[in-house]
Amino acid sequence: MSNTLFDKVWDAHVVRKIEGGPDVFFIDRHLIHEVTSPVAFLGLKTRGIQVMEPKRTFATADHNTPTINQHLPVEDPLSANQLRALEENSKEHGILHWGLGHENNGIVHVVGPENGITLPGATIVCGDSHTSTHGAFGAIAFGIGTSEVEMVLSTQCIMQPKPKKMRINIVGKLNKAVTPKDVALYIISQLSTSGATGYFVEYAGDVFEEMSMEGRMTVCNLSIEMGARGGMIAPDEKTFDYIKGRKFTPKGADWDTAMEYWKTLKTDADATFDKEYTFNASDIEPMITYGTNPGMGMGISNQIPQSDTVKDGKATYEKSLSYMGYEQGESMIGKTIDFVFVGSCTNGRIEDFRSFASIVKGRKKADNVTAWLVPGSHKVEAQIKEEGILDILTDAGFALREPGCSACLAMNDDKVPAGKYAVSTSNRNFEGRQGPGSRTLLASPLVAAAAAVTGKVTDPRELMA
Amino acid sequence: MAYDKFNILKTSAYPLSIENVDTDQIIPARFLKATERKGFGDNLFRDWRYNADDSPKVDFPLNDPKYSGKILVGGRNFGSGSSREHAAWAVYDFGFRCVISSFFADIFRGNCLNIGVLPVQVSEEFLQEIFGAIEANPDTEIKVDLQNQTVTLLSSGNSESFEINSYKKENMLNGFDDIDYLQNIKGEIQEFVKTRPF
Ligand code: SF4
Repeated sequence: MSNTLFDKVWDAHVVRKIEGGPDVFFIDRHLIHEVTSPVAFLGLKTRGIQVMEPKRTFATADHNTPTINQHLPVEDPLSANQLRALEENSKEHGILHWGLGHENNGIVHVVGPENGITLPGATIVCGDSHTSTHGAFGAIAFGIGTSEVEMVLSTQCIMQPKPKKMRINIVGKLNKAVTPKDVALYIISQLSTSGATGYFVEYAGDVFEEMSMEGRMTVCNLSIEMGARGGMIAPDEKTFDYIKGRKFTPKGADWDTAMEYWKTLKTDADATFDKEYTFNASDIEPMITYGTNPGMGMGISNQIPQSDTVKDGKATYEKSLSYMGYEQGESMIGKTIDFVFVGSCTNGRIEDFRSFASIVKGRKKADNVTAWLVPGSHKVEAQIKEEGILDILTDAGFALREPGCSACLAMNDDKVPAGKYAVSTSNRNFEGRQGPGSRTLLASPLVAAAAAVTGKVTDPRELMA
Repeated sequence: MAYDKFNILKTSAYPLSIENVDTDQIIPARFLKATERKGFGDNLFRDWRYNADDSPKVDFPLNDPKYSGKILVGGRNFGSGSSREHAAWAVYDFGFRCVISSFFADIFRGNCLNIGVLPVQVSEEFLQEIFGAIEANPDTEIKVDLQNQTVTLLSSGNSESFEINSYKKENMLNGFDDIDYLQNIKGEIQEFVKTRPF
């Protein structure tokens, strides 16, 4: 029988099928952080149960951590309390914990792949919707709620109905200055934020085959923003090269056995999907969002659509534009901005900083811009230094912060003030996402760099040789 | 955590006719710092409900004394975005036991079912009819019958059936949760673990 990549991995993890109900679904690797896990541990305590497979859970502190002075005690008592809870719960249950300052610490979806926790054919969950990131390796990975975190801790399983299957093909070659982020924002703008709800997506075609692992992670990361539970890409030589030799990757004979299996992880030629889309790479421009959900994005040289041409209700659309302070039919080019945020599990990896640096090199940060450059992990931070990128950034008037989720969700002090505009490489432009009243323009690191040095929305192609 | 049994709910409702309500609006991130599941209802829709100086925004439906009830009626694509279960907790803690919309985001829907809030998906037409009826009379009652999987607008008598898988339905009718189920088949899971290569 012919199967999709998704079927192969899903079916291998079904412990039991419930008639008229969900599957009992086995989880290979579970990532936890300080915000969505404390209540789950409390639940275990109330029920008097232990963690069943502590070696399959990995803890890192990221959501609620400061991005400066991490060596000092955390000032906010509530944040400090959550961090302490993560540490103590991990210790009590024998779970590996990478706290603030640990060399392996960083954003959960950055450190997973870096340490070989993320593997092809694995099932990975975390109490964070961008867990879809790990699908870049041919894993089934998705975000779960706290009740489900408790299920995984206690039985290493969750109850999940199998999602429907969608394939998104992008064929041809990408244009200049078009990055994986632009590809993802383009797809979301075409499908809308609910276009893939109920589906699990496989990305296929030339563009994804040629894409780096970092780029694939960016694309899979954003799957959730079109409503999909997750997205995945078939593993290939690039995948195997990336994971080989990492901390938790199988070694020796185990590696060889795993490789044999991993090589079977692709969609069979005659397998079918519930839905399929094909787009041309050449139609994609550098993207920017102008509204309050990630589906409200467009090519940077276009105009903000008129309300009678959009899929959402007119009132909802107009409310969104009025929150942003923008008008229908306007161009985004030249709009003044106040903040630039480079980071998050979407675009906080080494490739993103290389890309940002390629434009700011030899230029200066605009005076009206406050820039927060936040590496996704200590490993990324170290690499930024090793590759000399830090020098380029410093020369251009930028400083590097310490790793964490930071202004992606603004739980810590990195909050964009009310009414201010931020060009952000993160994943959500919801009202108040980056601080109460903040206004977010989602874009790639190249677009962020162009904004950072000009102080306004600028087409990065104008600044590239 | 086990929760109250759900059978028939017959109450008035709060209308929120905005589309794409994301979980960052339902509960903003800065209120996620608790280590216990308490008090989230106070911050439900915080930034839509209160001004920056913490005074209530009078025109927001949750602040309008003419509305009441245990049902929240929301616009299309309700609960998108972040997986934070805190959003479902806040909805529950405020006093809601049911959310009606014409479309739900996956994770939010699952989170609701896991904590005893029933997500009821109706057609867009019926949703608009419900909004219209509440607007005409805020005391309009809605009856949600889980056993029969029907939702009825009592003012007009119009009714629709809704979907829920039979496993979840049993759980909600009995106030069971998934962990009870999983604990009972732990032996089977332990056998399965042995077959996993990594
Ligand atoms: S960077 Fe943002 S999206 Fe990613 S894990 Fe952190 S909060 Fe979630």
